[in-house]
Amino acid sequence: MLKFIAMRLLQGVLVLLGIYAVTFLLVAATPGSPFSSERAIAPEILAQIEAFYGYDRPLGERFITSLGNFVQGEFGPSAVYANRTVTQIIAESFPVSLTLGSISLGLALLLGVPAGILAAVKRNTWLDYIPMSVSMAGICLPTFVMGPLLALVFGLILQWLPVAGWYGPEFAILPATTLGLYYAAYFARLTRGGMLEMLNQDWVRTARAKGVAESTIIWKHCLKGGLIPAITFLGPALAGIISGSFVVETIFQIPGLGQWFVRAALNRDDFLVLGLTVLFAAMIVLMNLLVDIVQVALNPRLKYD
Amino acid sequence: MTDVPIDAAIAEEELVEGSSLWKDAWARLRKNKLAVGSLFVFVFICLFCFVGPLLSPYDATAQDLFAGAEGPSAEHWFGTDTLGRDLMVRVMEGGRISLLVGLVATVVALAIGVIYGATAGYVGGKVDASMMRFVDLLYALPFTIFVILLMVAFGRSLWLMFVAIGCVEWLSMARIVRSGVLSLKKQEFVEAAVSLGYSHRRIIVRHLIPNVLGPVIVIATLTVPAVMLLEAFLSFLGLGVQPPNASWGVLINEGQTNMEIYPWLLLFPAGFFAVTLFCLNFIGDGLRDALDPKSAKD
Repeated sequence: MLKFIAMRLLQGVLVLLGIYAVTFLLVAATPGSPFSSERAIAPEILAQIEAFYGYDRPLGERFITSLGNFVQGEFGPSAVYANRTVTQIIAESFPVSLTLGSISLGLALLLGVPAGILAAVKRNTWLDYIPMSVSMAGICLPTFVMGPLLALVFGLILQWLPVAGWYGPEFAILPATTLGLYYAAYFARLTRGGMLEMLNQDWVRTARAKGVAESTIIWKHCLKGGLIPAITFLGPALAGIISGSFVVETIFQIPGLGQWFVRAALNRDDFLVLGLTVLFAAMIVLMNLLVDIVQVALNPRLKYD
Repeated sequence: MTDVPIDAAIAEEELVEGSSLWKDAWARLRKNKLAVGSLFVFVFICLFCFVGPLLSPYDATAQDLFAGAEGPSAEHWFGTDTLGRDLMVRVMEGGRISLLVGLVATVVALAIGVIYGATAGYVGGKVDASMMRFVDLLYALPFTIFVILLMVAFGRSLWLMFVAIGCVEWLSMARIVRSGVLSLKKQEFVEAAVSLGYSHRRIIVRHLIPNVLGPVIVIATLTVPAVMLLEAFLSFLGLGVQPPNASWGVLINEGQTNMEIYPWLLLFPAGFFAVTLFCLNFIGDGLRDALDPKSAKD
């Protein structure tokens, strides 16, 4: 197990290196420079600015220096917002995004998994059809449709909840619901599928024939295996919640990482783009590692793979 | 010792109505009311988007500032947007782009995925293992981030978007084709093809790929909505289709900025988008049940 984790960690580091390189090249390939602006700047000043940020060096050297800084946890200055470092920006907005993301993911799991189990156990009854139709509707209403609709109904028509800003717990309700519902729908469908596969196994029939209580079959025999598809989806779900946060934070005007990322990409804030991409990727890689470990723990057959 | 009896036997056999996989599948699909209904609605939406603009008296980019932001009326069924453009034509034109992006990018994904998966499955061994490990690695990447960076780096052209989205969505396609080919290549007809001296390419293209077409069609149907989602996501962020051109993502974005005062600007495009995704997902599910009865939901 330790060897497995070590291998995966090593692999994760390599993946992050790859992501860093690709992002660096993409950012470097973008036309224009972060320092070009509407106003004409005197060439001497521009040269000084470029020298300050290291842009007067050749690409290869810049790559090495900035990689070295990254390894030491130094993400560099923001190229657009003067006097701010990427680390400062991340430190400021990461807690916001983390709160929003965890509430959304928690909501998705708490709604989706029980709904999926219920649908599988009561299959082909209304308790199956209703949650499954609702979840299908959820999958077809992506965040950028759901968000404005929720804001319209609960914020503007009913006036129950605030629709913009980040000043207290009530401000998290609409955005977290927007993000969470979409993945709740996925978790519900995956859990239903996984549970159904378990419930159709021969050993379940044997257990039933032996007179084992239905609740024991569901909770003790099937739940572990039935949850595997949902757990596998945790990695993609986290990636989705991160990219969903780009949209949701824009709609609800939340000062989180997602909004920063979109702005940084559009403004060509090179260091900020690099720092945020690597941070997002690191979170996803970590989540996938966790998922792998949990999977092996739940399904011993995977151990020798 | 003549050939006649054999011919006769064959002729007789032909009289017996054989039921092909496709016929069976079609029969099963027709019984699935949800899928058939979705198919009808989807065809209707396609007609609406592709034929509609020809029949409408309005032009999608023609502005009429005196008729700005009017609610639905007999003249403008869906109302007009803030610049006085007829929303119905905008929704049609937007749908056309959204559907086209969905289709073209899916074809790109299909081409990459099928070739990659079939090669990995056919060659097998270490090559297969490393090829699939590569897919696993890509699965773990934050792709939307790269698509965003790509769009920023190389301009917001429609073609780049096709390619970028296609490059993201081929992964599951490759996995499915590979597992199909892996189980097929041990079968006798492949052995026969090998012993006849056919080239690997011919065996893959003529013998293996046609046999995995069923699951590929299913996953392709399900890829179309995924692609449309990604397109709309990019357009929503202002990185996809550029105004004055419209796609449903662009329209939803325009609608949500003004939704307090002009809610119809959000509701019509969002409604069409959601219904289309709904239909495509149900068609995909129906096709899966029809083409692979084993996996049918019980």
